[in-house]
Amino acid sequence: MPDLEDLYREIILDHYRNPRNRGELDTPPAVRAEGFNPLCGDEVIVYVRLANGVVDDIKFGGQGCSISQASSSMMSAIVKGRTTEELHRLNRAFKSMMSIEPDPDDPAPANGNGADIKLGDLEALKGVVKFPVRIKCATLSWHTLIQAVEEAQTTG
Amino acid sequence: MALDPGAIRADFPIMCRQVHGRPLVYLDSAATSHKPRPVIDAVTDYYERFNSNVHRGSYQLAVEATEALEQARAKVAQFIGASQDSEIVFAKNATEAINLVARTWGRANLGPGDPVVITELEHHANIVPWHMLAAEQGIDLRWIPIRSDGHLDLTDLDRLLDGARLLSVAAVSNVLGTINPIRQLADAAHDAGALMMVDASQYTPHLPTDVAEMGADFVAFTGHKMCGPTGIGVLWAKSELLEAMPPFLGGGEMILNVTKEGFSTAAVPWKFEAGTPPIAEAVGLGAAVDYLNGLGMEQVREHEVALTGYALRTLNQRYGDDITIHGPTEPAERGGVLSFEYKGIHPHDVAQVLDRSAVCVRAGHHCAKPLMRVLGCSATSRASMYVYNDESDVDALADALADADAFFIE
Repeated sequence: MPDLEDLYREIILDHYRNPRNRGELDTPPAVRAEGFNPLCGDEVIVYVRLANGVVDDIKFGGQGCSISQASSSMMSAIVKGRTTEELHRLNRAFKSMMSIEPDPDDPAPANGNGADIKLGDLEALKGVVKFPVRIKCATLSWHTLIQAVEEAQTTG
Repeated sequence: MALDPGAIRADFPIMCRQVHGRPLVYLDSAATSHKPRPVIDAVTDYYERFNSNVHRGSYQLAVEATEALEQARAKVAQFIGASQDSEIVFAKNATEAINLVARTWGRANLGPGDPVVITELEHHANIVPWHMLAAEQGIDLRWIPIRSDGHLDLTDLDRLLDGARLLSVAAVSNVLGTINPIRQLADAAHDAGALMMVDASQYTPHLPTDVAEMGADFVAFTGHKMCGPTGIGVLWAKSELLEAMPPFLGGGEMILNVTKEGFSTAAVPWKFEAGTPPIAEAVGLGAAVDYLNGLGMEQVREHEVALTGYALRTLNQRYGDDITIHGPTEPAERGGVLSFEYKGIHPHDVAQVLDRSAVCVRAGHHCAKPLMRVLGCSATSRASMYVYNDESDVDALADALADADAFFIE
């Protein structure tokens, strides 16, 4: 079996023990979205406040395993201050690292498949791919973020 | 005579398997049990020697297949103390058996405001079918609460049962292991004019089952948790109820006659078995019943009580306040299902670390989300034991648990 050390990298455990941006934001102006993993009961709540197409602030809550909590924490840290376009590119790059096929409905611009974007701390989650059951734990926060951003954009 | 898990293990081919180079420590029998050689052989034998479609066949193979299916029915009937073989309806699993009751008896007999009573410790299989009837027919779903010790809180039972049409309860909780007082509940239901349904999925594999002693009107259970194949479950119901219930699915096998104008139904139990039944699976279930009878269900239960006692003592002595084991503390009051929390480490992570030592436990909500809410958690780790487990499996669990500290405890 792959080493557990590949899964539980120190930087992941650090985000798990000391999560960044855990909390809530006032809605409105922020938007709140909930994501569930029906298999294990993990839940992630994401609050996003957009201003002029930029993630002005983000918080997350919910309950889950070290991977889902660390992924939420890393995600919140990396998207804060980014444009929604950059956020979508990060999402695509992260999903691609998780071996998830791009969504065919997603009109990714030719140069926006995310290949050029730096994932930073998120790179530490690469080892999750060796534990396929846990991929959903790592991607739950990103699915929920996209849901929140889409809602924020439709409600204006 | 006490069970000899070492000898029993030799009956289960999968126990020879190594996982990550280590011997398998299987502690997930509440999810599904392993299959002994006689069950695997019975299924193979069916396909190799007399595979054919049942009923209506006039050739030898079809006669043999039909006999094998009906023999399996008779074995199951005898195993649970049914008074007639025709009271055994084969379904896909316990979930389908419960849905069958909700869709047939429920649709025919329940209307707006009719109370159906369940408990907070039910599996989703005994919750969602009633939610569906509440949405479609406006039934009033009521919940018996649980106490902090994992037993049902029956303080308000009379009030909850007032006007009730059905009480439907798990005989053993798949999360807490709690053995519920089924006879007492059945008597109370009948006194209130309600029928009694028992979800015996975690009971029939582990304790001697007698549907008459339970005082039940409907009993549902599944084959794969009692050494049988997947894809075969059982609904037992009293003959007069089955006779009066409308059919479930429509199609072949379940009819007496079909015309352009309509149809009439076959006799019970075939009325509820539309389409080609799971023949090989039923034959396998019959072999599982033979296997369990060979061990003796009294002995199966004695073994479970002894091993559960050992597990509770071992884990509590070794980990003290670092471990919380949910459910009753007395082995005699519970099944061999141990849901636990360890040092606040998420169950997913606990199960992942245990897997490295080939220790198989389940992590999650165990299809009992309302119960998780009552327990105040979103998930637990669950170790569950069966006839092939012994003290060495419990020791392996206890040893491997400490490995989680290296990652999650600073």
